Amino acid sequence: MHIVIIGNGIAGVTAARHLRKQSQHEITMISGESEFHYSRPALMYSYMGHMRSEDLKPYEDWFWEKNRINLKRAWVETIRFNEKQLVFADGSTMNYDKLVLAVGSTTSYYDWPGQDLDGVHGMVTLQDIEAMERHSEERLKRAVIVGGGLIGIEMAECFHTRQIPVSFLVREESYWNRVLPPDESTMVTKHIQRKHGIDLRLETELSEIWGDGDGKVKMAVAKGGEKFPCEFVGISAGVKPNIEWLSFSELELGRGIKVNDHLETNLKDVYAIGDCAELIEPQPGRRPIEAIWYTGRMMGETVAYNILGKPTPYRPGIFFNSAKFFDLEYQVYGSTPNELPENQSWFYWQHPTEDKAIRLYWSKASKAVLGFHLMGIRYRHEVCEAWIANETNINEVVEHLGLANFDPEFYEEHEEAIVSAFNAQEGTSIKLKSKRGLSGVQRFLKKLTSKSTARV
Amino acid sequence: MSNKSVHKTGLQWLGLGLFCLALLLFTAMLGLESYTITSDVLPEGSNKYQKAAIAKAAKDLDFTGQTFGSPFEVKSAYHEVFTKAQGALEATFEKSGAPDDLGEWDFKLGDGYFKDQLFPLIRSSSTGPITANPWLWFGLTFGLGILGGLLYILPKFSADPGIKNDHIYHSPLTRGLTLTWRSVFLGFTIIGVLAYGVTYMSGQWVWPAVTAGVAILISVLIFIVQNSAKHTPQRSASPDMASGTLGILGGTYLIVFYLLLYWSPYLITPWVIMVNPLTEFLSGGSASQWSVYGTLYTVIVLVMGVRMWSKYQHNKYQLVRTGSVMFFQTGFAFLIPDLMSRLGGPSVDLKLIWPLDYSFFFDWNLNSLLDSGTFGIFLLGWGVALIVIGVPVLTYFYGKRWYCSWVCGCGGLAETMGDPYRQLSDKSMRAWKYERFIIHGVLVAAIVMTAAVLYHFFTGNAQIWIFNAYDIRKWYGFLIGAGFAGVVGTGFYPLMGNRTWCRFGCPLAAYLGLVQRYKSKFRITTNGSQCISCGNCSTYCEMGIDVRYYAQRGQDIVRSSCVGCGVCSAVCPRGVLRLENGDDTDQFRADETRAIHITADSVGIL
Ligand SMILES: Cc1cc2nc3c(=O)[nH]c(=O)nc-3n(C[C@H](O)[C@H](O)[C@H](O)COP(=O)(O)OP(=O)(O)OC[C@H]3O[C@@H](n4cnc5c(N)ncnc54)[C@H](O)[C@@H]3O)c2cc1C
Ligand code: SF4
Repeated sequence: MHIVIIGNGIAGVTAARHLRKQSQHEITMISGESEFHYSRPALMYSYMGHMRSEDLKPYEDWFWEKNRINLKRAWVETIRFNEKQLVFADGSTMNYDKLVLAVGSTTSYYDWPGQDLDGVHGMVTLQDIEAMERHSEERLKRAVIVGGGLIGIEMAECFHTRQIPVSFLVREESYWNRVLPPDESTMVTKHIQRKHGIDLRLETELSEIWGDGDGKVKMAVAKGGEKFPCEFVGISAGVKPNIEWLSFSELELGRGIKVNDHLETNLKDVYAIGDCAELIEPQPGRRPIEAIWYTGRMMGETVAYNILGKPTPYRPGIFFNSAKFFDLEYQVYGSTPNELPENQSWFYWQHPTEDKAIRLYWSKASKAVLGFHLMGIRYRHEVCEAWIANETNINEVVEHLGLANFDPEFYEEHEEAIVSAFNAQEGTSIKLKSKRGLSGVQRFLKKLTSKSTARV
Repeated sequence: MSNKSVHKTGLQWLGLGLFCLALLLFTAMLGLESYTITSDVLPEGSNKYQKAAIAKAAKDLDFTGQTFGSPFEVKSAYHEVFTKAQGALEATFEKSGAPDDLGEWDFKLGDGYFKDQLFPLIRSSSTGPITANPWLWFGLTFGLGILGGLLYILPKFSADPGIKNDHIYHSPLTRGLTLTWRSVFLGFTIIGVLAYGVTYMSGQWVWPAVTAGVAILISVLIFIVQNSAKHTPQRSASPDMASGTLGILGGTYLIVFYLLLYWSPYLITPWVIMVNPLTEFLSGGSASQWSVYGTLYTVIVLVMGVRMWSKYQHNKYQLVRTGSVMFFQTGFAFLIPDLMSRLGGPSVDLKLIWPLDYSFFFDWNLNSLLDSGTFGIFLLGWGVALIVIGVPVLTYFYGKRWYCSWVCGCGGLAETMGDPYRQLSDKSMRAWKYERFIIHGVLVAAIVMTAAVLYHFFTGNAQIWIFNAYDIRKWYGFLIGAGFAGVVGTGFYPLMGNRTWCRFGCPLAAYLGLVQRYKSKFRITTNGSQCISCGNCSTYCEMGIDVRYYAQRGQDIVRSSCVGCGVCSAVCPRGVLRLENGDDTDQFRADETRAIHITADSVGIL
């Protein structure tokens, strides 16, 4: 059987690895962007000079041959699903028995006048980074970044390292407040504003981009008319599944490629995973498209089972995510909405002087803990996940909060302060019983394992 | 045009300028002295006949009274004198034998004496600005260097907390070399050291040849038997060609420095003269080239330690750990030994452990300890206790980091002066293969060498079958002690990363590593599934561990080479890694199959 995977991002690669681990089928992985898999979230580090581009590759180049995963660098132009055949840009073809679409996402543009000018780029692909590098080397003196998401702030950090002044246009009244609760959003906003050379413009939207007559960017114009002279406009107003090239086919598309619980599309032997997949029935509380790294990895693993005849529904488990805003680390576990739902309570603690904060969510009725939202403090995935999965009472969680702390050794533990603030808010008199450290965690996890069979 | 380097303030530029000036003066001062030969400075020989022969030859050849411009000239002129004196004694011996019941070799002048006396001769004949004003020169080099360094470093404390690796791969100082260029440098250095080794062993080519044979054997095993020829690394330190120009320059400077220090100290007497007052003040004795090295080493660890503090302000583990290596270098390696010799006892570095301290069981050391009464016996017991109790126990509880990145002097230099180069360690599978062969090979060599030395100590018999204990130990000291630990180990910082010695060569690291790998509570845990495979951890691992390989699967990292510097955890942008001491029975956490990407019930299928 010939299994063909289009896309060598984290989704495609994870699928290929798990397929190889469990089968001897012929596997081919195709990508137009790069010959080898690389870590997309790490793109900024190559621009900033933290790493060379080859360091972004999680596997050495010989890994693929050794594991008999054929690599092909080419763009697939169309797919003849009836004939189970791919057609490449150069006209050549390839047949498949099973096809996995792991084609990722692309930068969203919103039909701004001037968006095709030289110097308007997203930051999603290797080619985007190369373009940023080229523009920086050639003529870039000021940059404008449009859209206050995670990619935008990474672009801002990139230019910041090269001492290129940035105007950062954000539609909302506070950075990323569609996702971050108000206090945290304010914290990040202030963090950005402290950065020299970053001009954060809240409640500002791009209206059009002007060229210099030679087809190069000269100016970004905001709604309301304010002008920002610049040589580069970075676009980060979100990404969208890369499916335009698949329209006009039998494949069922929505915002992304529609897939069922087993990651199957409407066509037999065709699967879709990662950023490009849209679940028809997502798990309760989850979105149909979750364009993050971890989704790609989990879907890649799941699809391998499904292709190999071990039907496995996609169960991403308890949500988690992380990011970094300049120097400010961010981690979440469970459900952490930016506004408090009716039936939930939350508790927020913020360090008096440093950019550190923690927010806990729990159910009003059952008191079960629902989520952890962390700024500048690291918490342990396994512990938070176990608490949420076991619907642990919030008071018990707070009592043992230290167990979750994952900050490096010698870092100050803030749990004492957090517990007393919690007591003050909730009128409880909880005493902190567990501190940071692996031994305690190991005991805790062992106890859980013996109590429930749900975990391995 | 964007700026591909970190912004520097005017003060920092001034600091950089002062530092460069200090380095220039430090280098140039080697040529500033002249050398006047008086009868007082002539070597005395080991008896009155040798003394007279040397004095006569010196007079005949007009050596005495002459002033030379460089140590080279002194060397060649003195060589003539020496040969003449040697010839005269030879002739006397032929004619009438040795007087006063002297043995033939006590009477004649052996070749080795020439080498031994060159350094004292040149040092004591030295006159000029440095001899006249050693403190001034100390100030102009050390003082100015420290001042410049601090001016450059201190403003960095005002930066925001956070990862500071911007432009490391843009800088010609820290970007490294391609695999090919690196191999060329390494190849030439190895061949050079082995070739010089033949001279060093007085023409005996056996041990250099054995060494070359072992090197070739290891390469054959790796390339052909283990099939690495097909697996050429893509992730070695290799931006375009040899564009790391300043790194090459820096590496070359360091290599030359070590060559002079170990094998031609007569060329660096101005440095010795410069630090002499300080050494006298501290220890009461006079300085040698090792005093220069010790002072320089300590100053570098301290100044670059301050830099480390500024770079990792946000990370308490780094602050404490760096403070620790600064303390152990200054106290244990630098001040305490001097104090000990001031008190008239044996002077030792109490934190050195065999087999890194390969001369611990040498006869002269054992004799000196045994002759020093209770204190000497205590020191002997202390050294042995560190080997048999200290290493296993502390490593069981804390991992090898308690030594390698908290206490050790080599580690101290690597973690301070070497920090800017940590990204240059080779992360490829091939490099890991070399590492395992070589480091365990050195451990075996150290044990064999020590066994031979002890056999000799207890039986008085230096000849073991066809091997000679003296030769073995001399070759080990030359190859491993000087060539590997010094020339390659430190000289290659800007070319192969800051832990080249610790990773590939140190036998103590190998021993600590075995304990860490098989019986220790220490591990690096990975935070569930949070890894985004970005590669910062692997890139900044000075030991060349591909941390990401484990992190992206949620595996704990239990590797013998990990020195627990904690930088992977410091640079991880997603808070994935933590150095921990836990329950060592939980070995499954480091299992390859540990997959926790999807929820438990689906993993059950695996
Ligand atoms: C700058 C940046 C930072 C990010 N940071 C984070 C983060 O911190 N955490 C996080 O969770 N997520 C992050 N993400 C999101 C994360 O990178 C994506 O969710 C993830 O890479 C998606 O993986 P994928 O395999 O689905 O698709 P992709 O990685 O996008 O791979 C798709 C591949 O398919 C190939 N392809 C597409 N169409 C064709 C065709 N027609 N023919 C041939 N090949 C084709 C493309 O060449 C591409 O290589 C970040 C994304 C970006 C851009
Ligand atoms: S552990 Fe951290 S630094 Fe290492 S690859 Fe993963 S996210 Fe990057």
